[in-house]
Amino acid sequence: MSGKTLAELILSRASGRDVRAGDLVIAPVSRVMVHDSVIDAVMAGLRDLGMERVWDTSKVAVFVDHAAPAPTPVVADSHRVLREWVRGQGIQSFYDAGEGVCHQIMVEEGYCEPGTVIVGSDSHSNSYGAVGAFGAGMGATDIAVALALGRTWLRVPESIKVSFAGRLRQGVTTKDAIMRVVREIGTDGARYACVEFHGAGQLPQGDRVTLAGMTTEMGAKAGIVVNAPEAPEWLRPGRDATYVRAVEVDLTTLEPQIAIPPRVDQVSDVSDASGIPIDVVFLGSCTNGRLIDMRQAAAILRGRRIAPDVRLEVVPASRRQFEDAMADGTLGLLSAAGAVIGSSGCGPCLGRTGGVLAGQEVCFSTANRNYRGRMGSPDASIYLGSPYVAAVAALTGVIDDPRPYLESTDDEFDALVSRRRAERPGRGAASARSGDRSRQLLAAMPARSGPWVVGMEEED
Amino acid sequence: MREAAPQAARAWVFGDDLDTDQILPGRFAPFMVGQERFHTYAFCDARPGFSAAVRPADILVGGANFGCGSSREYAVAALKTLGVGGVVATNFARIFYRNCINLGIPAVESADAFVVVHDGDLVTLDLAAGLLRAPEGDARLRPLPAFARDILAAGGVVAYLREHGDFPAVSV
Repeated sequence: MSGKTLAELILSRASGRDVRAGDLVIAPVSRVMVHDSVIDAVMAGLRDLGMERVWDTSKVAVFVDHAAPAPTPVVADSHRVLREWVRGQGIQSFYDAGEGVCHQIMVEEGYCEPGTVIVGSDSHSNSYGAVGAFGAGMGATDIAVALALGRTWLRVPESIKVSFAGRLRQGVTTKDAIMRVVREIGTDGARYACVEFHGAGQLPQGDRVTLAGMTTEMGAKAGIVVNAPEAPEWLRPGRDATYVRAVEVDLTTLEPQIAIPPRVDQVSDVSDASGIPIDVVFLGSCTNGRLIDMRQAAAILRGRRIAPDVRLEVVPASRRQFEDAMADGTLGLLSAAGAVIGSSGCGPCLGRTGGVLAGQEVCFSTANRNYRGRMGSPDASIYLGSPYVAAVAALTGVIDDPRPYLESTDDEFDALVSRRRAERPGRGAASARSGDRSRQLLAAMPARSGPWVVGMEEED
Repeated sequence: MREAAPQAARAWVFGDDLDTDQILPGRFAPFMVGQERFHTYAFCDARPGFSAAVRPADILVGGANFGCGSSREYAVAALKTLGVGGVVATNFARIFYRNCINLGIPAVESADAFVVVHDGDLVTLDLAAGLLRAPEGDARLRPLPAFARDILAAGGVVAYLREHGDFPAVSV
């Protein structure tokens, strides 16, 4: 019998059976994560099950983050119901509006026990693989069942091995690395699978969250980092474990990447996209809203003001990240550059609160999704990328390779910014011009399995 | 399965990678607009007029990776409330698939439905025969796993658990 993948190891241990990819298991969960948007459906599920008490209050963590603080009276009512439910159940691990994104807190506060199964009501619960947990996102009824029984059913996933070799160059980040992987695998290339990351265990914890969380965008059931420092000794994939696919990324030659709307897997080198005008920049989310990300943006924006026609919103992923960024001066610096600093949470990532997008606006976001309508108007467009590229977009009003800015003298830097700003078309033209450039870019891209889609024209 | 005689219904055909933001945009979540109205926004961006025109037992047909994106179960709950009788797609995003089975909507894979069925066709979802019958021919359905079949037969996972007290047995 060959060795096991991480998914096979964890699900064998959890289910108490020797299982392999394709087997169905019923496994205990070590934690259930519940967030604000689903509380009505979760409560209804528990009620309909006739099991209104959660199975173990110490293993449940609840978050108000997706639309927080409440933007409307309807949402405010829902939050009130959620608070009453938490109090009634006697759940201690409760994080109200402003504490941060569920996934960031789950990882940084140690709610994710490595080597165990954790289910969460949000699709990016894959993030828990950052510390070697099998984290899977599920819908409200699945969550209600897990809360009632302390167990869930899973098909043991096949695994895809992603290996990183070499070191990233200055100005290139883990976000760029995972976007390169999404470019390779596609939005459905890891459907039902576990993406296993090799060569990433040494990364900072936050960067590992970026990797594991983005596996959701490839359709994965879970994404787990091999050799995370938090992981137990037994959690090592067998040398001869079976993988359905292997993808290798040479970090040494990697350029900053951007995703072209409205697909996360329409990924291009930033150098091919330079000059695309941007109206709004969002720096935040469970993907890139940590101190390290804010510092990267600050490295570009230090002592300068963002472009006059551009808005920048910064939303720290958690109160801890918020306070760390205040303490070291990063937030002050970003504010001085013209950023709006939002309270910790999901922010505008999913268009429910914060700076939602108007029709025709073009956004550059450090988050994880650029679907049509994701951040507000269905007629807005969203580019995705790293905090460095986001900061350059805020400063110049256009997408550009951040590396020359990081490597230049002050005079060269200012000349670069002036040139880019001068080249940017005026207010209102950003969307039309971005659309043209997107079409050119996609036409120049090599053929791939999925269809390439441009702008807002893909529907029907 | 609960075997009501299969009835003919309209097919609504969508493309590949239909994400849950298209099925129900986050801004119209029950959480945002209330439990009474959210389903009326189904496909409001992607297919305006859908929620007014769809009839109980209508079938959605799609390509690859149907229902990708957010885990929002209310995308499926909206379809359930509107009475959608089943979803047949080349393949499904995993959370959407679970949500359908859990809420009692058959989600069935078919390699050829997307080719054979055209939007507006009168089709019959015949799970017993493993076919989606359409004017241009029958699309073959991939058999549902026994575990999912058991849950659908009960009308969803909540009904199943109420009836049996535990998950269906998994074959070892």
